[in-house]
Formats: sequence, structure tokens, C-alpha cells
Amino acid sequence: MAAFLQQLINGVSLGAIYALCALGYTMVYGVLQFINFAHGDVFMVGAFAGYYCAPLAAKLFQPQSALGAVMVLLTSMTVCAALGVLIEKLAYRPLRDHPKLTVLITAIGVSLFLEFAGQKFFQADPKPFPELLPHAQYNPMPNLVISSDQLIVMGVSVLLLAGLHFIVRHTKLGTAMRAVAFNPQAAALVGINLDRIISFTFALGSALAAAAGILYAMNYPAIDPLMGVMPGLKAFVAAVLGGIGNLPGAALGGLIIGVVETFVGGTAWSAYRDAIAFAILIVILLVKPAGLLGRTEVEKV
Amino acid sequence: MIVAESPILALEQCTVRFGGLTAVSELDLQIGGHELLGLIGPNGAGKTTVFNLITGVYPPAAGRVRFRGHPIHGLPPHAIAARGIARTFQNIRLFKSLSVFDNVRAAFHPPLFQGMASAWWRGREFYAEDARVSAQVREVLGLFELDKLAGTLAGELSYGDQRRLEIVRALATRPQLLLLDEPAAGMNPAEKARLMKWIQFIKDKHQTAVLLVDHDMQVIMGICERIVVLDYGVKIAEGTPAEVRRHPRVIEAYLGEDHVGD
Amino acid sequence: MKIGPKSGLALALAAAVGGSFLTPRLDAYFLNILIDVGVNIILAVSLNLINGYAGQFSLGHAGFMAVGAYTAAGLSTLVSANLLARFHGFEHSCWAFGCFLLALLAGGLLAALTGFLVGAPSLRLKGDYLAIVTLGFGEIIRVLLQNFESLGGARGLSGIPPWATFGWVYGWVAIVIFTVLALVHSTSGRGFLAVRDDEIAAQAVGINTTQYKVSAFVIGAFFAGIAGGLYAHSKQFISPEGFGFMKSVEIVVMVILGGMGNTAGVILAAVVLTLLPEVLRPVAAYRMILYSLLLIVMMLTCPRGLFTALGERAKGWLARPKNGGPP
Ligand SMILES: Nc1ncnc2c1ncn2[C@@H]1O[C@H](COP(=O)(O)OP(=O)(O)OP(=O)(O)O)[C@@H](O)[C@H]1O
Ligand SMILES: [Mg+2]
Repeated sequence: MAAFLQQLINGVSLGAIYALCALGYTMVYGVLQFINFAHGDVFMVGAFAGYYCAPLAAKLFQPQSALGAVMVLLTSMTVCAALGVLIEKLAYRPLRDHPKLTVLITAIGVSLFLEFAGQKFFQADPKPFPELLPHAQYNPMPNLVISSDQLIVMGVSVLLLAGLHFIVRHTKLGTAMRAVAFNPQAAALVGINLDRIISFTFALGSALAAAAGILYAMNYPAIDPLMGVMPGLKAFVAAVLGGIGNLPGAALGGLIIGVVETFVGGTAWSAYRDAIAFAILIVILLVKPAGLLGRTEVEKV
Repeated sequence: MIVAESPILALEQCTVRFGGLTAVSELDLQIGGHELLGLIGPNGAGKTTVFNLITGVYPPAAGRVRFRGHPIHGLPPHAIAARGIARTFQNIRLFKSLSVFDNVRAAFHPPLFQGMASAWWRGREFYAEDARVSAQVREVLGLFELDKLAGTLAGELSYGDQRRLEIVRALATRPQLLLLDEPAAGMNPAEKARLMKWIQFIKDKHQTAVLLVDHDMQVIMGICERIVVLDYGVKIAEGTPAEVRRHPRVIEAYLGEDHVGD
Repeated sequence: MKIGPKSGLALALAAAVGGSFLTPRLDAYFLNILIDVGVNIILAVSLNLINGYAGQFSLGHAGFMAVGAYTAAGLSTLVSANLLARFHGFEHSCWAFGCFLLALLAGGLLAALTGFLVGAPSLRLKGDYLAIVTLGFGEIIRVLLQNFESLGGARGLSGIPPWATFGWVYGWVAIVIFTVLALVHSTSGRGFLAVRDDEIAAQAVGINTTQYKVSAFVIGAFFAGIAGGLYAHSKQFISPEGFGFMKSVEIVVMVILGGMGNTAGVILAAVVLTLLPEVLRPVAAYRMILYSLLLIVMMLTCPRGLFTALGERAKGWLARPKNGGPP
């Protein structure tokens, strides 16, 4: 029982990170119908932004203080939001009316650029991520250990998800975003500024990716320029699993992938851990092609 | 009421639903072997859905479809096409990046594995077959005055030519039943007149039954022998053009659309 | 006199074999690059059948390559280890030739079978969904290989005999180009393009779209498997990491840059993109950054493929029979 709970908690905290990252994929897909392959690398940049900001925050506030941690998080989110907007402006916007495949390849180009530039400027070897907050461990029952980092991951994720929900449901920009996702032509007709909404979507998604990057780095404290590749792929799988374009779906997909992966990691099959996300995805898509929460659309003929 | 003595196609109590919407409801419909049947009804009446039902794009929620006496509902669209039902689409669906010639040639595709083996081997018989297909494609293009455009990409044709090419492509499969979904849409009167001539020609020369959907009453009343009227997925009238024109339910359904009967 | 497609193939094969008598004089570095170029051409042209002509976006080509590479390499290391010791001169006998051919074909066929197993269920999916499922299959193959200890597992498989000469590689280059062009320039082959343009319309003229899509997948996977076998026997070492997602992306980029469904363009793109990192060697520290920047710039400036215009000319050559005939 304790072992089960332990795995569940580990899985949920990993899944929460995937979920944050998956939301970025799904939001961009919602408004532009294309896979932003560079999203996983924005996640990486987020972690590095945190890495370089942490000493500063430690100087400004006290080392390992809550305020410092918040500053690191917010700075990194801001940096990545700007990066996301910039990427969209320079690389994707000029191709907006071209086939999605063209944009997809450009996105792969951007992804490679961030990875190689990262290897050049951040160096390729893994770096220890600074401890933003003091570590603590709790033992609510025998054989069950919850670390403070895990609690922080879950807490921050819940806060961010609530914030996102509020933005999407209750603000003008969020409503416009949903309108664009629903029908871009109609949205443009009623005077919604498409460019602005798309920039906003990228900013939002990238900020979430940055947060995910920081949380990931706090739990798996070695960062390197390729650290975004695998989590990025899995988050993307999570988004598709939940039904791409569907926000609750992305969150759900992230949790499922995180939990299953952790449970498999604890069995004899642990060597196959990296394949698990894909195996789940394939099974689900073959049974339910639009994903868990996605709507199956009958093509009108 | 004239019901063809040996129907080539029979819908029996067919229903198609989209979620909560019943687009076609318990429809009975028969088409005679050499008949030119008109299918009309207001926008959203379910005409295109009937086409999709017949050609297997949407399977019926209930009911059966028989073609030459054999049930075909539940078969995939390509199998239904192979049995001799061809169609055009309301929203034109051509192979846009292929030439006019290749659009029609696609209708002559041989069984895949045999075709690939012969294409790979490129023996004498491949070229002979290729020449034979080319001649047939040119012939059918010529009938519809599209031979001059053979090399043009389908996506670059004018709207009227695209509609025409769709009909030619459908005809090239040598169907026994041809379904035309609003072929006259967007055509000028001269083009419409030619279209009517062609449809007559197809029916007579190719011994093909035709099911014609159009909003243009001149075209429908001008060439159809019998007309079925749909409204909200339900058949509300059936008969000769003269009968249908006078039918009170039809007048009611088309109320305001005063071109019925002109 | 016009050269018919079959004589063209024969000439190309002869040239490839002839070339391999000259290549031993070449600089090893240069020869290596030539062989890489050839392997990449096979990969790109075969993926072009799936992505470009049949319009099915696959991101798992490296997975099929891996299946072919491991099968062929596993067989040939086994055979050469057992036979080499027994009878002298095996390396240069025609037995080695036959063994290599069989090993390659086995790799190709197993890759084709994998293509069928992957394609048959997943080709119901479209666009991005298909892309991600093929990507997933590619990754699963990689992880399986990592755990396959008898084939070296994560450490990789070494000691593969160096049988893939210039002639072998370019012979297969000729075969794959011939095959794809011959298929596409035929009445049944136009079906691939019809399926790409409009599946519903293709079905309406009686084309079994599933059969076409799966066939494209199987043929493409077969040649990817062959390319894998050739790759293994030129590098003499393979590891699962070499067949990851990045390799699939590299091949996709060649196809897109060359122009989807444009074989000549895709060949050119394969050549250029294989050479590019070598050309950028003087600026080694920045070359991969430049590579990715160039990729972005190329997509932004020529989104329809860099070589589309060039390729138009080569079109129609194979459609023409030997002595005139209908154009
Ligand atoms: N794929 C689909 N999904 C959901 N609803 C559909 C679909 N196809 C058709 N419908 C609905 O079914 C009803 C009948 O549509 P259909 O296209 O058959 O009408 P129609 O008679 O052809 O009209 P029109 O004259 O405008 O072409 C309409 O209400 C339409 O919105
Ligand atoms: Mg309609």
C-alpha cells in the first residue's frame, strides 16, 4: 500500500510537469493547428533561465528563500514568454498560410537551433541545478516519503492550472483565444486581432513550459541543453492522448503518462520506460482516434 | 406513380443520424435501371446525405441499401464504387495537383498489386495497357470537350470546367448508376443547357441510371422523368415533374422559393 | 535515341559496379561521404513515396532503417564469424557477395513486415496523429533494440564486415529511384497521388485507399531497411541511438526541402544536406547552429521545397515508352 502510494505520488508529480508542458502544445494546436516542436526546448531554456537567475535571486533575497524562488520562477516564465512570442513572430508567422508541414519542419529547425545554440552557450555537460528552497521530507506513514519538492511541484502546478483556467474562461483575451480556436475566420470577422491572440497564446504556453522546466530541474537536479527533448516528446504525447486542442485533456494526458511511466519504472520493465508513453498513445489512438477527451469529427462530404 | 419495374437501386427504410440530428429518416427510394431521377428539397433537406449513404461514406443507422438486388450498406466506399456506382460532389473534390488527364486516368486504375508489378517490370504489355488507357481517357475527355485541357492541373481549371471534369471522372469508372450532386451550381444558362444535353447523353448512350440533385428547377424539371422531394430528411412527395410541381406539401416546403414550377 | 527506363536502370547499375572498381583509389574520407550520400538518397527517396507521393506523414523512417540494419548486420556477423574461420578467402569469394545480398534482403523484408504491422492499424489516423504514432513506433523500436542484449543492446553492435562498397550502395540507389518513379508514373501509381490529394474522391472512383497507403508504407519501409543494412556494413558499427527520432527528422527534412513528391528534388536535397555539415566543418563549433538556421531560412524562403522547380524537368521521362508513343 505504502509502495503504491509512493509510486502514485512520484507519478503525479512527474505527470504534473508533463501536464504543464502539454498545455503549451495543446493551446498552440488549438489556435494554429500545428505542432510546435520547439516547445520542449523552451522548457529547457526555462530551466537554464532559472539556473542563471538563481544566484542573483540568492543575492537579492536570502539564499533558499521563498521570495527568491518565486523570483526565479517568474523571471524564467517571463524570459520564455518573450522567447515564445519571438519564435512565433520570426519563424512561424511568415508561414501562416502555408501547409502545416512546412511550419512543422520550421519548428523542428527552431528546436534544433535552440538545442545546438544551448550546447554552444550553456555547454553540453550537465549542470547541477541550484537548490532554490531547503529540502524537507515528510513521513506520513512508514515507507512513504514525500519530499518538499514534490509538494511544491504539485502546489505550483495546481496554482498555474487554476490561473490558466481563469485566464481562458474569464478574461477577454482568453475568450478571444477560444473564439480563434473555434473558428479563426469568424473570430477575425468580429474584430479579434489574430496576431495578438496568437502571440498571447505562445506567451502563455511558453511561460507554462518555463515553469515546468524549473519544477523539473528542482526534482531532477541536473540540467543540460538536450533535457527538453524527452519530456517535450512525452508532453506532446500527453497532449495528443488527451485530445489535442483540449486543455483538460492535456492535463489529464500528462498525469496519465507521468503515473504510468513511474509505475512501469518500478517494475522489471523499467528498461522500457521511455517506450511506455508511446505504447499507451498508440493503443489509445487506435481505439479512440481523437484522443481521450477530443471530439471525433465526421468529415463533411 | 411510376415505379420502375426492376429497380437498380433500392433504399429501404434508411436512416442517417449525426449525433442528435436525423438527416435522413426512414427513407424509401427506388431508381429504375435506365431512369433519370431527380432528388430535390430545400437546403439541409438531406439530399447530399442520401448520396453519402448510397456511396458508403456514412453508413445508415438503420435500413438497407440494395444495388442490383445485393445489399451494399456497410461496404466501404471503394467497394461500392467498384460495383458500379459513381458520383460527383457538391463541394468539388478533384485531385487538384494532378492533371485533367490523370484525374480521369485514376478511374482506370487496375488492381493494385498487378498494376504495381506491371509498372515495375515495364514490359511490352505495360506500355500496351498504358496506351489503351490513354486512348480511353482521351476519348471520354473528348466527348465532354475537355481534351484540350488534358495537361492542365485540375486545381487551375475554371469552376465550370472543374464540375465537368468531376462528371467525366465519375463516368470514366463506367458506372451503372451515376449520382450528380448539384452539377449546375455556378453555371451560366449556356453551360446549363449543355449540361442538360450531356446528362441526357450519358443516360441514353451509356445506359446509365442517373440520380440528379440540383436546386435549379429548370434543369430538374427539364430532364427528369420522375422526382422525389425531401424535406427534413423525410420524403414528402414523389412523381412526375408535373405532379410534384402541384403537390401542396412541396409548395409548402418551398414557400417563398417561388421558382418551383416555373 | 531515347533511353527507356529499364535500360536506364541497367546503365545505372553498370555504372555503380564500374564505379566501385575506381573507388578504392579514392581518399577514405571522401569515399565515406559518398556512401553516406547514397544511403541518405535511398532513405529520402523511399520516404518520399510515403510522405510525398502518398501523402502519409511518417516520422518513423529511422525505425525501419534500424530493423533493416540490425537484421542484416546480425546475420552477416553471424555468418562471417562462422565461415571466415573455416575457409580461407571467404571475404572475397562470391559467397560473401551472396551472403550480403541475402542479409540485405532479409533486413529489407523484415523492415517491410514492420512497415505493414505499423501501417495497417495506424493509417486510419491522419496528419499529425499519424506523424506522432509513427514517431512512437520508431521510438519503441529503438528502446526494444536497446534492451536486445544479443545484438549489443545499448552498447551497439560492432565488428560488422565492411561489405557495403560504392557499387552496392549506388546500385541500390538506382533500384530505389527506378522503383519509385516506375510506380508513380503508371496508372495504378497515380492512385498514390490521388489518395494524397483527396481520399474521399479516390474512394469514389474505386481506389482502395487503405491498400494504397499500406503499400506505400511497406515499399518505403523495405528500402529504408535496405539502407539500414548498407549503413551498417559501411560504418561497421551500429547502435540504437543512431536510429532515433533525430534521424527520422533528418530524412523528413530532406523530403520537404526537396519538395514533396519530387524525386529529383529529394535526391538533390539528400546530397546537399549530407554535404552541408561537411562543408561547415571549418566553422566546426558553430556548424550545427548554422545547419539549423539554414534549415529555418530555407523553409521561410522556399516553403514548397528548394528543388521543386528543378525537378519539374526530369518529370515525364519515365512516363515515356522507348519509341515515342503517347506523350
Ligand atoms: N458530417 C456531418 N456532420 C453533422 N451534420 C451533418 C453532416 N453532414 C450533413 N449534416 C447535416 O445534415 C443535414 C442534411 O445535410 P445535407 O448536406 O444532406 O443537406 P442537403 O439537402 O444536401 O442541403 P444543400 O441543398 O444545402 O446541399 C443538415 O442539417 C446538415 O447540417
Ligand atoms: Mg447538399
